[in-house]
Amino acid sequence: MTVITGDHPAERPTGVPGLRILTGGVTRLWLVALLVGCWEIIARIKQDAYFPPPSTIVRVFHELWFSGPATHLFLTDKALDDFQPSFVNLSCGWALAAVVGLALGVLLGRSGVAREILDPVLQFGRAIPPPTLIPFFIVVFDFGAQMQISTIAFGVIWPVLLNTADGVRTVEKLQLETAEVFGITGATQLLRITLPAAAPKIFAGLRVSLGFALVLMVISELIGSTTGIGAHLISSQQGMELPEMWAGIVLLGILGCLFNAVFALVERRFLSWHSNARGLDS
Amino acid sequence: MLEVENLTHAYGDAPPVVSGIDLEVKPGELVSIVGPSGCGKSTLLRCIAGLQAPTGGRVRLDGKPVDRVPGNLAVVFQDYSRSLFPWMSVRDNVALPLRRRGMNRAQRQENALKALESVGLPGAAAKYPWQLSGGMQQRVAIARALAYGPKFLIMDEPFGSVDAQTREDLEDLVLRVRGNSGMTILLVTHDIDESVYVGDRVVVLSKGPARVRADLSVELPTARDQITTRELPEFVHLRAEVGRLVRGREAADEPKS
Ligand SMILES: Nc1ncnc2c1ncn2[C@@H]1O[C@H](COP(=O)(O)OP(=O)(O)OP(=O)(O)O)[C@@H](O)[C@H]1O
Ligand SMILES: [Mg+2]
Repeated sequence: MTVITGDHPAERPTGVPGLRILTGGVTRLWLVALLVGCWEIIARIKQDAYFPPPSTIVRVFHELWFSGPATHLFLTDKALDDFQPSFVNLSCGWALAAVVGLALGVLLGRSGVAREILDPVLQFGRAIPPPTLIPFFIVVFDFGAQMQISTIAFGVIWPVLLNTADGVRTVEKLQLETAEVFGITGATQLLRITLPAAAPKIFAGLRVSLGFALVLMVISELIGSTTGIGAHLISSQQGMELPEMWAGIVLLGILGCLFNAVFALVERRFLSWHSNARGLDS
Repeated sequence: MLEVENLTHAYGDAPPVVSGIDLEVKPGELVSIVGPSGCGKSTLLRCIAGLQAPTGGRVRLDGKPVDRVPGNLAVVFQDYSRSLFPWMSVRDNVALPLRRRGMNRAQRQENALKALESVGLPGAAAKYPWQLSGGMQQRVAIARALAYGPKFLIMDEPFGSVDAQTREDLEDLVLRVRGNSGMTILLVTHDIDESVYVGDRVVVLSKGPARVRADLSVELPTARDQITTRELPEFVHLRAEVGRLVRGREAADEPKS
């Protein structure tokens, strides 16, 4: 089983967090700003229809989705139409994968028999590229949210499942023995010992699957949907509206960053013991 | 209380590391076990605690065969730092086992704090184990076992990482707890002086495979004192005898007085 490790050393600085993020953001963003600046200049000189200047993209971006009334948080109707289905599908698919993956992973990590029996099935399931199942899900569910959620869930369950199984299987033996000695068994053991011990690996799996989920969300919308950000991309492609298309691409990039940031925040909250313990060890 | 009969254990196909050990511990007794490094002391303790099924022989606690960890038993592991849970505060580490004692949350926390105080760590409750030094972690592991209040306590080199002064304090703490609660204790140590000072009996193991080389009863007054007990002629004599047995007669020193 390949497993994504939960290691990310040399992070988690101490100090005033807000200030850190701000100065860190400034030092890391200058290259982005430089590239955008170059793009702007070149695009204006070249006047190429395929590569509109960033300023145009930003304007379209704003017009399309963020020029609504203040009572709607400046979101336009189109924004609600585009964001909502995408967001719902993504969250449901990912959450479903997380819950089922976690449960199966715990089962697999705990029971050698289950591992032996299920391993070939899992290896095969994992090897199937998730988009290839879209036709199947279309047949089963027809176009729509169910099909998209199934595609996402099936595609992103593997990192969670395999990482959870590995994390649960490799819990320090002495920690389990300690639990046994002190009568920490059953559900208490699972919740207080096994899952926290496996948490670094579980979170690594969840992080990877969140990235996959975004990809599969777009793919499923590109193929079979009239709503969502993917459908917006397709319709602007068909109308040759390149600034609109670019705005969609930028939006997806921003969404990806946003999800990552929120996830990192949650992870930091739950795993601070882990990174800190490692920090002091080395 | 504890009866060990002809206990033998081998890991896999390797030659046995513990061979034919007979040992009986009476209720309220504190038995020290000494032996050269790697002779199989931890293995013996794991078999007694029910963490490891021995390949031969029998272990009984209160007349019942030990096939898994009995409920009235606690262990202070030699590898104390890995036996603490790094995702819990020190206080939660000590309090978690008290669930089994039917205490509510407040009672658990209170008892945990008391136990931490008794090992001299009242300030460490809110910290995490990895924020503490090795010696402090070791004391947390001791506090956890003591708070749990078992009838039978197994300690595997419990004072190895603490300074001399703290070590003496902890020895006295264990003696005091034993006196108050009538706990039965099996304590493995590398320190020959310590084995005599805390023990009612000292069991000396031989190396490869572990066998009982000698089982000496410690004829010292029950009330022990770090200074005066250690200058008693019986203490000095016994210490020398244990030392000779552990090191082998050839290399033995003459007793210093
Ligand atoms: N899980 C294991 N698998 C195989 N061999 C083991 C295992 N645990 C211990 N041994 C071997 O058994 C022997 C006795 O080990 P044990 O840990 O019981 O010794 P010990 O007396 O506690 O040593 P120390 O004083 O260093 O703590 C050693 O030779 C060790 O290599
Ligand atoms: Mg040992």
